[in-house]
Amino acid sequence: MADIEGEPVLQLEGLARHYDERDALCDVSLSLSAGQTLVVFGPNGAGKTTLLRVLATLLRPHAGDVRVLGSSLPDEAWAVRGRVGLLGHEPLLYRELTARENLRFHARLHGVGADRVEELLATVALSERADEPLKTLSRGMVQRAAVARATLHDPELLLLDEPRANLDPAASELVEPLIGAGSGPSGLRTRVISSHDPAGGLREADIVLGLRDGRPVLLRDAGDVGPDEIVELYR
Amino acid sequence: MRKPPGLWATVGALLRKELLVELRTLESVPGMSLFAVTTFVVFHFALNQNTVSGDEAAGILWVTLLFAAMLGVNRLFVADQDQGGFDAFLLAPVDRTAMLLAKALALFAYLAVLELVAVPAFGLLLLGPPLHQSMPDLLVVLVLADIGIAAIGTLVAALAVQTRARDLLGPLLALPLLVPVVIGAARASSPLLVFTHPAGSQVRWLATLALYDLVFGLIAYAVFDFLLED
Repeated sequence: MADIEGEPVLQLEGLARHYDERDALCDVSLSLSAGQTLVVFGPNGAGKTTLLRVLATLLRPHAGDVRVLGSSLPDEAWAVRGRVGLLGHEPLLYRELTARENLRFHARLHGVGADRVEELLATVALSERADEPLKTLSRGMVQRAAVARATLHDPELLLLDEPRANLDPAASELVEPLIGAGSGPSGLRTRVISSHDPAGGLREADIVLGLRDGRPVLLRDAGDVGPDEIVELYR
Repeated sequence: MRKPPGLWATVGALLRKELLVELRTLESVPGMSLFAVTTFVVFHFALNQNTVSGDEAAGILWVTLLFAAMLGVNRLFVADQDQGGFDAFLLAPVDRTAMLLAKALALFAYLAVLELVAVPAFGLLLLGPPLHQSMPDLLVVLVLADIGIAAIGTLVAALAVQTRARDLLGPLLALPLLVPVVIGAARASSPLLVFTHPAGSQVRWLATLALYDLVFGLIAYAVFDFLLED
């Protein structure tokens, strides 16, 4: 495992990805150690979601060296799957199925027991509504179910795309033990978070990456970055 | 590290999910069945004859089943594409062939239910000769044809669903590939749909169907992974 051997969990060198002629990511280089949190800021279309999807092995990098959890992408993507949790804009859950059915389905795909599903339903306070189809639940409830889905298999690397977008403050607190700093069985879960919230994002970050038009325009330790610099990214 | 689930455990999980979603939405099977029965009624009036038999009956039966199957093929991956099921599956440490097998088995099950409704309806509305005598042999033809439709349909649906014109592209790709299945199935069932005692379906056509099933099963197995890749 990458963290045990001292190898960074993420090691990117000149990562590029394009859609047809448009560069979605260009020359992104960074390193992230086990237990650290990278927060990615940038306006809409800056490449944040593309970066998360490349790290999740859902998109192939078109150039550069990309190592995730010690494995090179895209050639060793098979070794990364199951060790990464992705919480994106879509919950990746079936609307017609209940929260319990959805989570049990994902549990089977990851070789996780049904008891873990019940534990997570209780953690995100969905036990009482767990047998109702997802399409009847509020967006916040669906987001809580999606958090449970993303953390079901205790991933070593958590990729979070605006994770609290649909959550009220109480719901944010509920999911904190699952996706917050120090979450995970060892308390050393590595996270990459995309955010539009300068103050909240900086609180969580160890390293800050600012993207604009797919290019890194800011990469520094969070302690050296002020909220004004983040706000400037959006101008 | 946690042990990833085996191929058949994954197929089981996917198939169970597939059937559960269909039971909740009723998006495929009822539409397919209703289409088939309606088509038989239309044929009943359009042909201006009370009953059909032989080649004519086999042609009507298989063309109707084929077009009804297209409705199911077109819907096969829509929920996965629209609700992120593909991504969720690709994030899991499982053999991707499991999705091909689960989808093909689900489509096979939809076709079996369709035929449970459509074949008796065909017997009642159009077919002259009694159906019960030829049923065991016809069942063999139905199973072999359904395997072919399920393999080709799953492959084509996975390809079409990733395009904007998926509703058009699915049938455009699938129908030419399924013509040999319809020819084989119609030729094999034609001798079963006559007034004289069923002479048994033609072995040559059954063998052709089985061979076509095998070839397309192997092609689907070989290329399916690439269809899921970015």
